[in-house]
Amino acid sequence: MRSRIAKCLTVAALAAALAACSSVDLDDKAGAGQGGVGQGSGGAASTGEILDPFNPQSVLAQQRSVYFEFDSYTIPEQYRGLVETHARYLAGHAQQRVTIEGNTDERGGAEYNLALGQRRADAVRRMMTLLGVGDAQIETISFGKEKPKATGSTEADWAENRRADIVYQR
Amino acid sequence: MTPATPLSLPNRVRALQRLAAAVLLLAAAMLAAQSARAQLRVDISGTGAQQFPIAIADFSDDPNGRGIAEVIRADLTRTGQFRLISAANSGLTIDSAIDHDQWRARGADTLAYGTVTQGGDGAYEIRYRLADTVQRGQLDDIAFSGNQAQLRRIAHQIADRIYEKITGVRGVFSTRIAYVLKRGSTYELQIADSDGQNAQVALRSREPIISPSWSPDGSRLAYVSFESGKPVVYVHNLASSQRSPVANYKGNNSAPAWSPDGSRLAVVLTRDGLSQIYSVNAADGGGLQRLTRSPLIDTEPFYSPDGASIYFTSDRSGSPQIYRMPAGGGDPARVTYNGSYNISPRISPDGSTLLYVSRRDGSFRIAALNLSSGSENLLTDGPDDQSPSFAPNGMQVLYAAVQNGRSVLAGVSSDGRVRQTLSVLNGEVREPTWGPFNQ
Repeated sequence: MRSRIAKCLTVAALAAALAACSSVDLDDKAGAGQGGVGQGSGGAASTGEILDPFNPQSVLAQQRSVYFEFDSYTIPEQYRGLVETHARYLAGHAQQRVTIEGNTDERGGAEYNLALGQRRADAVRRMMTLLGVGDAQIETISFGKEKPKATGSTEADWAENRRADIVYQR
Repeated sequence: MTPATPLSLPNRVRALQRLAAAVLLLAAAMLAAQSARAQLRVDISGTGAQQFPIAIADFSDDPNGRGIAEVIRADLTRTGQFRLISAANSGLTIDSAIDHDQWRARGADTLAYGTVTQGGDGAYEIRYRLADTVQRGQLDDIAFSGNQAQLRRIAHQIADRIYEKITGVRGVFSTRIAYVLKRGSTYELQIADSDGQNAQVALRSREPIISPSWSPDGSRLAYVSFESGKPVVYVHNLASSQRSPVANYKGNNSAPAWSPDGSRLAVVLTRDGLSQIYSVNAADGGGLQRLTRSPLIDTEPFYSPDGASIYFTSDRSGSPQIYRMPAGGGDPARVTYNGSYNISPRISPDGSTLLYVSRRDGSFRIAALNLSSGSENLLTDGPDDQSPSFAPNGMQVLYAAVQNGRSVLAGVSSDGRVRQTLSVLNGEVREPTWGPFNQ
């Protein structure tokens, strides 16, 4: 499992063959988020793009994880486009609510990690509200280190778990 | 030593035994508990600064009497403060005449002995005495009664009496601990005796449970459960099994801590942004009051024993450190300075010592800070020690450790000299916390 995740991350980092990650037995595998958005130029809402968070084919369903550096709570440059895409959709659908779930790697105390995960979720929330999403549309929560997506203890596992997920509420 | 089920004696321990008489391996008899049945292994290393030599005779020559003596021996041995003198085949009963000089010659300064008898109604009477072979006198003499299921608890109560008579400090063997046992994808909040035996499941969940906290009277536990999909603080009455959310606001609700009078719970909420400390009524969650206002993280509140202060973790200085503020809120003062990661503050029952987790060279270790002198003592070596708590007499510290990739329950004496680990062989133990004295 570990090696497969590491392999997937490597593949994702190369921005190639993202589909390979679907072989990992984890849903919403985030390799998709690794630089895969590429909409920093504002092309997110380009014609033909499906913008429906509940359509599995939509970018809103496929790319909803923001990864963070170790000990960092600022949204990396390569994920700003992803957050903007979601923020634009939410700003245009004021009734739609999302939960932003922050996560941390396994190192350190349970409660402090819960607070750190919240910082990551809150960083995504703040960027969204600056882009016009209503405060009432967003709930930020944290799972801290309690619900790791990658259960190993390698650097790749830790990187996988330093993450905030955008989850649309039906 | 006649350890019962289940037991293994690692070679590592055999080697240590040759070096130090007090390196022992115990497995207590009378494994109880129905659904929570767990295989336990206890390892002990180190010796106390002072060791009291004591002989504990089997209480009459039957299985119950041997079991009671075995529990008492295991309790006293775990502290590292006692050296057991063999009383095998002594044949003593409560009415035996004690040859003080003979026991003194064997090296025992004190001798515990007694009798177990079963009445016609099936109830047991347990009588015990404690002889002082130096003064040729009697230190204790008392009788207990109870059924089969209560024998173990009575043995702990006798051990508490022996401990107090000899050390002058109240014993904690009959107190309880709480912890979360993770097995596969199931989380169980368990309550066990202080030796890890007799575990009972208070709550079973498919979602994480963290941060259990005992009410001062031991009747309730506050904890954080993720069962609703996010962290919510519950208060759980152990006798009635009734539980209800006391903090369930937008965002996270976590890190419950009881005020010493049991009326208020300090909690951490993110309803206004990042983690901040609030307090609510423990009974119904009402009376919400915000206690900190900082732009960063404030979490893990813990009341001082006098109720006047709250210690907490904050990263307002750029790294997590321990601070203290008035219990009603107000200007905080920084307390820890060594290292760049100090979390999970706990205060000793006498208010003199701060316990916390400190990261040193990548290892998470349990540290104790003398609050008056400022001297720090690293009690453990890591690499991943978390969730420390004091025994109610302040003599022992319970924490979670990782050994061979598995989370185990561990203990260390407050001076760092004696360590023990208790492995639950079929699961991972997390978030342990030691309960209060029995009321």
